[in-house]
This record gives sequence, structure tokens and C-alpha cells, in this order.
Amino acid sequence: MKFLPASDADRSAMLQAIGAARLEDLFASIPPEVLEEPKLPPPLSEIEIRRFLGGLSARAASARETAFFLGAGLYHHYVSAIADQMLYRSEWLTAYTPYQPEVSQGTLQSIFEFQTHICLLTGLDVANASLYEGASALVEALLMADRLARGRRRAVLSAGIHPEYRETVATYFANLDLEIVEVPVGSDGRTDAAALAAAADEETFAVALQSPNFHGLVEDWSAAARAASRCGAQSVAVIAEAASLGLLAPPGLAGIDIACGEAQSLGVPMHNGGPLLGFLACRTAHQRQIPGRLVGETRDAEGRRAFCLTLSTREQHIRREKATSNICTNQGLMALASNIHMSLLGRKGLREVATQSHAKAEYLKAAIARVPGYRLPYPGPSFNEFEVEAPVPAAPLLARLAGEGILAGVPLARYFPQWPNRFLVAATEMNTREEMDRLVGRLGAVS
Amino acid sequence: MSLEIEEKAVSSALGDRLHPEPRHEPLVFERSGRGKVGYSLPPLDVPEVLAIPESLRRADIEGETEVTEVEVARHFTRLSQLNFSIDQGLYPLGSCTMKHNPRTNEEVARLPGFAASHPLAPEGSCQGTLELAWRLEQILIELTGLSRVTLQPAAGAQGELAGILMIRAALAKAGNPRRTVLIPDSAHGTNPASAHFAGYRVSELKSNARGTLDLDVLEAAMTEDVAALMLTVPNTLGIFESQITEIAAIVHAKGGLLYCDGANFNSFVGIAKPGRMGIDVMHMNLHKTFSTPHGGGGPGAGPVAVAERLVPYLPRPTVERRADGTFTLDFDRPDSIGRLRTFLGNYGMFVRALAYIAAYGNRIGEVARGAVLNANYIRAGLAGVYHLKYDAPTLHEVVFSDKKQAERGVHAIDIGKRLMDYGFHPPTVYFPLIVPGALMIEPTETEGRPGLDAFVGAMRAIAKECEEDPELVRKAPHTTPVRRVDEVGAARNLILRWRP
Repeated sequence: MKFLPASDADRSAMLQAIGAARLEDLFASIPPEVLEEPKLPPPLSEIEIRRFLGGLSARAASARETAFFLGAGLYHHYVSAIADQMLYRSEWLTAYTPYQPEVSQGTLQSIFEFQTHICLLTGLDVANASLYEGASALVEALLMADRLARGRRRAVLSAGIHPEYRETVATYFANLDLEIVEVPVGSDGRTDAAALAAAADEETFAVALQSPNFHGLVEDWSAAARAASRCGAQSVAVIAEAASLGLLAPPGLAGIDIACGEAQSLGVPMHNGGPLLGFLACRTAHQRQIPGRLVGETRDAEGRRAFCLTLSTREQHIRREKATSNICTNQGLMALASNIHMSLLGRKGLREVATQSHAKAEYLKAAIARVPGYRLPYPGPSFNEFEVEAPVPAAPLLARLAGEGILAGVPLARYFPQWPNRFLVAATEMNTREEMDRLVGRLGAVS
Repeated sequence: MSLEIEEKAVSSALGDRLHPEPRHEPLVFERSGRGKVGYSLPPLDVPEVLAIPESLRRADIEGETEVTEVEVARHFTRLSQLNFSIDQGLYPLGSCTMKHNPRTNEEVARLPGFAASHPLAPEGSCQGTLELAWRLEQILIELTGLSRVTLQPAAGAQGELAGILMIRAALAKAGNPRRTVLIPDSAHGTNPASAHFAGYRVSELKSNARGTLDLDVLEAAMTEDVAALMLTVPNTLGIFESQITEIAAIVHAKGGLLYCDGANFNSFVGIAKPGRMGIDVMHMNLHKTFSTPHGGGGPGAGPVAVAERLVPYLPRPTVERRADGTFTLDFDRPDSIGRLRTFLGNYGMFVRALAYIAAYGNRIGEVARGAVLNANYIRAGLAGVYHLKYDAPTLHEVVFSDKKQAERGVHAIDIGKRLMDYGFHPPTVYFPLIVPGALMIEPTETEGRPGLDAFVGAMRAIAKECEEDPELVRKAPHTTPVRRVDEVGAARNLILRWRP
């Protein structure tokens, strides 16, 4: 077995050193009635594993071989080769959580840089070392807000927040004696600022708004910030398409207290939905309530700059049931990829990716709106994703286009059964005009 | 262990140590220079449009980097060289299972159908990805002997939460969700935290002198108000609960359920089945037992296996195979606890885990055999040199303490730091909490005898240093890229980001 370095001679010598006659003796503490070998096929060689998994991969449509317009919280953006190749380095790939700073300065400094990038993009003061993904990041943000407003029980959520995020919040909140109030989006697809403010009261600990929202529309952060600050709650900005931060107003400058969401767009491939990259940022005043790992700058015994995990007294391995969160791992390798990506793109590139995505989506939006029978339900400003209403049910239409190599969009029926004909279309800097024209042409042909 | 081996081990480990010169790499932001570019995009092939009101836009991303690809390549390569990793040597971080990460798995996880696919594509366009998830579930069902598995949880802690939520849902459906979860004092900190976030009160059970759970302690605590016992099997001392079936019977007799923290599944995978032990729910850590890379702190994945009675409560969606052999997602599960995150889970980890299991196939028990042999070899090599608070037989890890060395004023943390000078990562220190000054050592099955001998040699040499020159150990490490880091200072004077 190629992953097991002990030779037969080693094994006998080791058993002898241990004082055991047979390897089985080391398992004597396991009662015999629970022993059972699994029925699995024989081991596969590397060639067979490649063949087997290559076969499965070939039966899944990839963005590399299609005209690709899927989004809904997971986007196909540019990732430079180096952001992936760096992940192969053993020192990154095969290390663990940097509990021991003297032999983990690489990981620690990279996390510190990641935290800085997230602060610069969100306009907030402090960011953590990453969270699992966007939906659980929203849960953590809300639980943080709840700790800051002790005793309050209600979270006000815009219904423009990704439905899978809201479903995740419901799962987590189910047994915590916390209540969710959803503020529906208006007929323009955006959250009504007055409705948001009306829903927030002295029982409210958080007011959460997503922008761009699930329908693709750009919201005004200050609506949430004002609604929250009026009643002493925390305002929470939810960002499911982090590439938008290159162009849209940062939540921190609009008075938002906590920003959270999904940073997959910033250097992480889609991975069929995971691993992704959750993030959470807040103001300095609340840094001691932030969940997840945090890296801080300090000095070593000789006065040199060094980094280490800090404020771990918030965490489960110390505080157990009183911890700020039950999470243990973060998304270390994805945060590294994202740090590399954000560093490469930087001040100009992050903006250019955002403006290109926006311009392409505007081009496609206008072209689809001209196809007879097709309609844009919401005319408001969008970033790189928009909703389309087809003259026919969306799911079969999209399945047909997929057969032609065009992944044209995400049908909304799964989330909103009342809109069987609607679907979401996303464009990024990866799309070409030719692909978009082809999509528009096919929509015209099948309607 | 002969003295000769010991000396050889020490000198070779010293030769392998990290580069001794102190090195410093500026922050990537400090490399920035106006006008430098690290990317290229094609020219925009559509009209330039900005259809968002100015009030909702930003003018600039002040402070962001301007660096070239060359500088980025060097920066991250240099940073990487400040890390210790499994590929450099023994990384005996107890409870974390730092084993070799096969590179085939990295390669196949990047196949386009896995890395560049989207879970919301039409069903006909994701048959391959759905089949992979379904196959992994079938294998985990076979390995655990339980009825079904959800792959959705992003990590072990989220798996714990999912498991406890399913228990709660099942009990609530039967009329009473109950209020308490029992957890032994040796448990991972995530257990009480997860139970708390599922709305339960945690009641701690004291371990006995063998480090395991006494049946009468459990019997006394097990009331009809107890929803579940959360038990780590084997426990964090590496000791298997030999009375596991009796434990299950006591819990079940009072209508409770048995939750198994499967973080240590690597010690008996392919040898024994949790389903036969009376376990109702168990999470597994794909990054431990099934060797998906730890990546500096994640991503992990925490699938949860459940017994038949909990199947209706599994998170949504589940992956199903139809009679015609095609695959689909089932969202129509009215009793489901709901969703714990977006999409299907950390899918990239499913690919790696499946590749790993395929490489072992029906010989997967070799993983556990190798891990247990190696841990016991280290245990034998260090017996008498370091104090062993609980001397019951152990499986994949062994927990010593600093009791002897503390008499000379040297503590677990110092011993761990000194190991760095010998070219090893420290063990887990000060956990489990029931062993004061714990040194929790888990070598895993992928370490060969020379590496184990070198480690034992280093540990013995350090024990000697504690006698002869305790200051040397207390001031360690001496050869790492930075010296002992001021963690107290970091928490007192918080600097959590670079500022322009």
C-alpha cells in the first residue's frame, strides 16, 4: 500500500517493542461483537482512479466547455493560474491551523493579509480569518448581533437575501428562541426602506439587507443602517457576489455595522458549490464578539514582527458551550487563494473585473429584453445578474439550452414556485460577446 | 529504544530543521507601488456602461495592492517557507490526524466537471457530480453500518450541530425534544458548543480513573430529560469505550439517542462499525479519516451518518438514485431539519475522499491498523520518560503529560516548542482538559519507523534537557523563523489588519 511506509519487518519489530504478539491484540479494547469488515471493491491504482473519476467528471457540464451564465450566489470569475498553483505547495496544503506560530508564520501572515483585504473591500475595521461560506456567515453575523444586543429576540431580514441563506438562518434559529421577521421586496424587486424601518423595533437585534440582492438588484446599504441605528440594533450587510465590492459602495462607509457573505468570486473556483469562502467584518468596537479565527500582529522574543492567532478565549476549545460559535475550522486554503487573487488584481483589477462584469450584464440584459416574449420584471439598477421572465416555463427551456452547450441561467421555481417562467442570468468578465449573442439568438429561436 | 538510535535520530532531525536564519517577509501591501499590475484582462468587447447611480458606487479601493505577478509569486513562496507541513516531517498534532495527502486526489478534484461546475445547472447536466455524491454516501453507509449519510455539513462542528438538530427533531416529533445533552469531560470543545447552539443545556460527565465512562455515572445522569449522550469513540485519550453497547443500551432505555463524535474514526475504520455499537448518529471528518488536506485550517467536510429512525430529518436536499439509474436531488422532505449552508456541501472534499477510499478499497482497515501500531510504538518508546495519567490501552493516539518535567519548571508548551528545534511539529498541548499539561500525540499511519524513532529520540533528548538545562527548553524554539511569539501581547494590543 503506497501510503503506508512500514515494511513487514518494521511491523514485527514495532510489535515486539510494544510487547504485542499480533497487531489484532492492539484492538482488544473493541468488543468483538462490533467488529465487521466492510464490503468494498479491491483497491484501485492511480490510473484507475483517474479513469473512474474522469468518467464522472465528463458527465457534468463545466464552465470551461459551455457558454456559462449561472450565478445565484456562485460565480464563474477569472482566477489567475498562480492562485491555484500556489495551493499545491506542501507548506500551504499540508499544514493545519496555525496553533504554533513559530512554525506557521506563512499561514498566519497570509490570513492577516486576507483580513486586511476584506477590511479594505468592505470599508470596515476588522475581519476574521474566514468562515465556511456565505449562508453560515450570515448566521454567525446574526448571532454576533444578538450577543451585542443582549435580550432582544428578533432579526429583521430582507426577503431579497438569498433563499438558501434565509433557510440556513431558519435552521440555526429554530431552537434558539430567536425570531425572524422577513420584509418582502417591493414590486420593483428591491427592499422598501420604509418597510424595513417599520419592521425594526426595540425587540430587534439585527436588520439585514443583501446587495446586490437575490434578484440581482443593487440595494442602498443606508436603508439597513438607518433602520438598525434608530432602534439600537446592528445593521448587517449581506454580500453573495463579492466581486461587486470592486464597484459598489462599501457597506462600512454607509454606516453598516457588520458585513458578511460569500467571497468565492474573489479567487475561488466554483467547486460545484464548495469549498467556498465565507467572510465576516465588523467595527473595532465589536471585535471581541467576532466569531471564528482571528490573526493579530505581535512581536517575537527578539522583537521582530510576528503573527499569531488571537482572542481565542472567544472560541469553543476554551469556552466550550459559552463560546461565540461552535466553529473550529475556517476555509484556510480558500482564504489563501483569495489573498493571492486580491493581491494580484488589487486596486485596479478588482475594479476592472467589476466594471467588465457589469458592462457585459448590461449588454446581455438589454439584448434579452429585446427578444419577443421575454421581459425583465425589475428595471432597477443591477450589478452583473438580473432576472428574466420567459414566455414559457424556465426549467425545460434552460435544460434544452444546456443540451446545446449554453448554461443560460438558474430557474427560480425551486425557490419561488409562483414564478415558474423566471430565471436568473449572470455575466462576468469571463463571458464573450459572441457567447452572449448566441444565447440571445437561441432564446429568440425557442420562444 | 537503544541510546544509539536515540542519538542518530536527534542529529538527523537537527539536520532537517527549518532554515536557522531569522527571515522576514514584508506584507504584500508593503510591496505595493503605484502603477504596477499583476493581472491581465481582455479588452471589453461590449460598450462601456455604468448603469448604477453614483450614490451606490465607490470611487476607488483605497489601500489595495499594486504589485506584479513576479512579486506575488515570490511573496507567497517565501511565506510558505515559514510554515511547517506534513510533507516536511512528523506532524503529531493529536486529534487532528495529520497524515499524508495523496496528490492524485488534488488532481482529480480539479477536473472540470468538479472544479468548474455549478450545482444549480439542469439535472441532466450534473449526472456525474450527483453520482459521485451518491457513491460516496453509499461507501460511508457501508463503513459506518448506518442507514443514510448527509454530506452537506461544511466541517465536523457543523456535522455535530446537524446531528444534534436531527435528534432534537426526532424527539420533538415524538412529543418532547427534552432539555439536556450529556457530554463527558474529555470531549472536544465543539461538542458542548454544538449542543448549546441546538438549544440544549449541557451536563458534563466525569471520566473514571481509566479515562472512560462509568456505567453507573451514566445511569445516574441518564434521565428522561436527556436527549442524547455525545460520546467521542475512541475518546480524546485514544481509549475505546469497551462498554459501548452497554452505554447505548442505557441511553436507549431512557428514550435518548447516542451521538458519536467520529473525529477519531480513523482508529477503527474498516475494522468495526458504529451501527453495530448502538450509535444513532455519527459525524466524520473527511479531512481526518479520509485525508483531505488540512490546508492551513480548512476546508474540511463533516458528513453525518444516521440510523433509520433519523432518516426523515436529514438536511435538505438528499441525493437519490431513480429506478432508471439517473440521479436527482430530493427537496421534498417535510420533516427535514432544513439546510445548514448553501448548495450541496464542500463538494471538492467529496471528490478527494472518494479517491482516497478507492485507493484502499476493501483494505481500508489498514489505515486504522497502521495508525494504532504507530501510536502504540511511540507510547512504548516514551513510557517512563513522560507521565501517562491514564494507562488504559490506546488506539490511534497517546496522551502524555508534563508532570515529571514540570517539577523542573518546564511545561508542555515548552516541550512542544523545543520539538520544533528537532524538526517536528509539536503535539497538541493542554488538551484533553482532563490531563493537566497534556501532550497529545497522534503519528497517523503514514509515518514510517525511522520517523517515529527520530521523534521518540527527540522527545527523550528533550526530557534529558529538562533535567540538565531546563532554561534551554523554556526559551525554545531557537532555530525557527521567529522565536517565541508574544501571544499575550497580541491579545492585549490588538492589531488585526494593515492600515494604509
